Amino acid sequence: MKEQDIMIEANHVSHIYTDENGNDVHALKDVNLTIRRGEFVSIIGTNGSGKSTLAKHFNVLLQPSEGNIIVCGHDTLDESHIWDIRQHVGMVFQNPDNQIVAAVVEEDVAFGPENLGIPSDEIRQRVDEALAAVNMTDYAEHGPHLLSGGQKQRVAIAGVLAMKPDCIVLDEPTAMLDPKGRQEVLDTIHRLNKEEGITIILITHFMEEAVTADRIVVMKNGMKLQEGTPREIFTQVDTLKSLGLDVPVAAEVALKLYRNGMDVSTDIITNDELGRALESVFSSSKLEKEISISLSKSTESISKEVR
Amino acid sequence: MLNNITIGQYFPGNSLLHRMDPRAKIIGTTIFIIAIFLANTPVAYGIVAAFTIGAMLLSRLPMQLMWTAIKPLWIIIVFTMGIHIFTTPGESLISYGIINITDRGLAMGLQMAARLIFLILFSSLLTYTTSPIRLTDGIEHLLNPFRRIGVPAHELAMMMTIALRFIPTLLDETDRIMKAQSARGADFVTGSLIQRAKNMVPLLVPLFISAFRRADELAIAMEARCYRGGENRTRMKELSITYVDFIGVGAIIIVTIILAVLWWLN
Amino acid sequence: MAIQLDNITYTYGVGTPFEKQALKGISLTIENGEFLGIIGHTGSGKSTFVQHLNGLLHPTTGAVIVNGVDVSEKTDEAKRMRHKVGMVFQYPEHQLFEETIAQDIAFGPKNLGVDEEDVDRRVREAMQFVGLDYDTYADRSPFHLSGGQMRRVAIAGVVAMEPDFLVLDEPSAGLDPFGREEIFEEIIKLHKEKGITVILVSHNMEDISRMASRLIVLDKGQVVLDGKPLEIFNNHRHILQQLGVDVPPVSVLVESLRHRGLPISNEVLTVDDAVQAIIEGGCHVK
Repeated sequence: MKEQDIMIEANHVSHIYTDENGNDVHALKDVNLTIRRGEFVSIIGTNGSGKSTLAKHFNVLLQPSEGNIIVCGHDTLDESHIWDIRQHVGMVFQNPDNQIVAAVVEEDVAFGPENLGIPSDEIRQRVDEALAAVNMTDYAEHGPHLLSGGQKQRVAIAGVLAMKPDCIVLDEPTAMLDPKGRQEVLDTIHRLNKEEGITIILITHFMEEAVTADRIVVMKNGMKLQEGTPREIFTQVDTLKSLGLDVPVAAEVALKLYRNGMDVSTDIITNDELGRALESVFSSSKLEKEISISLSKSTESISKEVR
Repeated sequence: MLNNITIGQYFPGNSLLHRMDPRAKIIGTTIFIIAIFLANTPVAYGIVAAFTIGAMLLSRLPMQLMWTAIKPLWIIIVFTMGIHIFTTPGESLISYGIINITDRGLAMGLQMAARLIFLILFSSLLTYTTSPIRLTDGIEHLLNPFRRIGVPAHELAMMMTIALRFIPTLLDETDRIMKAQSARGADFVTGSLIQRAKNMVPLLVPLFISAFRRADELAIAMEARCYRGGENRTRMKELSITYVDFIGVGAIIIVTIILAVLWWLN
Repeated sequence: MAIQLDNITYTYGVGTPFEKQALKGISLTIENGEFLGIIGHTGSGKSTFVQHLNGLLHPTTGAVIVNGVDVSEKTDEAKRMRHKVGMVFQYPEHQLFEETIAQDIAFGPKNLGVDEEDVDRRVREAMQFVGLDYDTYADRSPFHLSGGQMRRVAIAGVVAMEPDFLVLDEPSAGLDPFGREEIFEEIIKLHKEKGITVILVSHNMEDISRMASRLIVLDKGQVVLDGKPLEIFNNHRHILQQLGVDVPPVSVLVESLRHRGLPISNEVLTVDDAVQAIIEGGCHVK
C-alpha cells in the first residue's frame, strides 16, 4: 500500500490511565490498525471495550501511552501537527446537545473555520456548502434547541465538513437518536463517503449500522479482537453473541436452521440471501416430494396392471 | 413550565434597527439611558416618548412585544412608583392615617415609573433587534481596547455565547428533572422557606452534575474543532459601520443634547 | 384496579401564540396485569400521554381515573393514587442526587411517609430486584457506577415506591445489548413476579414484540392502532411504515420470505419462532 493511500495507521497502541483508586487501567492494549483513504470502517464493541478511547486517539484528543498513531503522515505524539491533524480528521460525538457551541445553526457551522483563521467570505461559502451537504440549508438561522436529535447531529457533521476534513470519526453518533434520526445520520455519512470520498470511521453498537460498512473492527477489553468484511464478521453468530453484540436476524436464523439439519449456507447475512437459500431448499424438497408421488403413482399403476 | 420568558429574546427582521451595527446600538442605547435620566419636565418626557415610539416603529416589530417586555417587570415599576409617592415630602394632597400623598411625591412617582418604562422599552429594543451573537460580538469589540489592562474580552464574549446557547437546554433539563423528582414524591411548592430550600436539593444536584458534564463534553468538542482561544480567529460575519449607524447614533446624541439643555435650563 | 382515560385532550401553551394540541381525545383502559407497549415517532404525543398517567400533567379536558380516583383532584386520596403509578423517565440516571445508593433509593418511599423500618425493607428489596447486592453497594456513591448500573439504581428508586403501575420511557436508550438485556430481564421479572402492570414506551420494536401483551400506536396525539403486537405487526404494517415506525426485524424477515411465496406462518415474534416456522414450513412442503 502506498503511503499516501493511508489515512490512519495505529502501531501497537496502548493507552494506560490511572483510575480514582490509583490502579493502572489499560483502556487500549497493543492495537494495530490501518485505515485507508476513502474507506468506510465501523468499529463495534460493548461499553468499555475501548472503542471510544481509540476514536479519541485519531484526532489527538488522547495520545498513546505506548506505540504510535500516524494520521495523514504525522505522528500524533509530535505536538507541532496537532491542529493540522484536527483539521483533517473531524470528530462527531454522541450527545448532539453538547457539541453545538453557538445559538444559531450557521454560526455553529462557522465555528471551526473561524478557529482556523479563514477569511470571512470563504467561511460564508463553506458554511453554505456544508449545510447543503447535510440537507440543513433551510435551518441555517434556526436555534439548535428547536431541532430534532437527527438534525442536530447533521449540524454537527456540517460543522466538521466546513473545516474540509479528509476523514470524519463519529463516536456513537446515533446512540441518543430515534430510528428516524439514526437513518438520517447514516444516509448522510454514506453520501459523504461515496460522493465526497471522505473517509468515515463509525463507532457504534448498532449492528444494523455496522453492516453497511466496508470493513468492521471488533473491540473487546481494549483489544482488537477481529477485523473483516461485514460478511466475515456477522456470520460468526456465536462469537458476537458471547461478546454481547447483536447480529443480523437472517444470519442467526440461517445458523439455527443449519444446526437443525437444514441445508442452508451459514454465510448468509441478509434477508434476501436467506430467502434465496430457502427457495432452493424448499423447491428441492418439493421436487423430492413430486418424485416420490409420481413414483408411488407409477407403482400403483404397475400393481394395477399386474392385477 | 418555564417557556414564556421573552427578555433577551431576538426577533429576526430586516428593519433599519436590525441592520445597525451592534456596537452602534450598544453605545446608542447607553447614551439614551443616560438621556432618560436627564428628563425632568413634561416636554422632556414628551421628547423621550416620541423618540422611543419612533424607534419602536422603525424596528417594525409588533407593538404587542413592547407590552410583553414590560409585563414581567410591572411589580418593580409599581413598587418604585409607590416608594416615591409615599415617601417624598411636600404639600399634602391626600392624607388618611399614616398614608400621606404629596404633590411632589406623586410627580416623582410618575417620573420614576416613566423612566423605568422607557429604560425597559429601549433596552428591549436592543435585544429584540440584535441577535445574541452580534450582541456578544459587539461587546467583544467594544471591550477589545481594554484587553491591555487585562480584560479578557474574547473569553467573556465566548462565555456569553455559550450561556445563551445553553439556556434553553438547561431550562428543558430543569423541567425534566423536576418532573422526575415529583414522580418520586418530591414537593417543590409547599412548606416553609427553609423546607422549600431543602427540597430543591434533589433538583439542583442533578442539574449541576449535568451542567458540569455538558461543560466537559463541550470543551472536548470545541478542542476537536481546533478552538484555541481568540488568537488568529476570524469571523464569518465581520462587523462593519455604515451610514445607518452614524445616523442612528447621531440622532441619539442630538436628542441627548436637547435633553441636557432642557435640564440645564430647569 | 385499572387506569381509565376518559376522552383526554391536552393543549400546550393555552392562550399564547405557541398553542399546540398534543393529545386529541384519547379514551383507553389499561387493565391490571397488562404489559402495554406504546409506540409512535418523536412528537406523536407519547411523552405527553404517559405524563398524564401519574398526574404530572393534567388533561385540558377529560379525566384520568386510577383505581377509581380522578388523579387531577387535590385530595390525599388522589395523591396516593398518583404514587401508585411509578414513572421511569428517559435516562433516569440523570435524576440521582444522594450521597449513597441506599439513600437515593429511599428518597421516594420517604416522601410517601412510610416508617423507617419499611423504608429499609423496600430499599433492600428494590436493590435485590435490580441485581445490586445490598451489602456491597448500599453505602457506595451512585456516581461511581457504570451507566447501566446507575440506571438500575434509578429504576430501583421507583420500584421502592411499590407502584401498581410502572411507566418506563425508553429504558434501554443508550445501553449496549448486554445492558439492554439486563434491564429487560428486570422489567419482565417485575411484571411476572410482582404482578406490576407495565407501560413501556420504546422505539425498539423487537423489545416491544417480545414482551408486550398489548400494543398501542400513537400518531398526532391520537391512538391509531390498539391490539396484540403480532396482529398489528402482521396486519397493519403499511400504517406503521407510513407513520415512520420500525417493524421488528424478525417480522421483516418473515414477511420477505412469505413474499417469495414460501409457506411460512407469520405467527412469529422471536428468532426461535422464525426458525420453528421455517422448519414447519419445510415439513409442510414435504
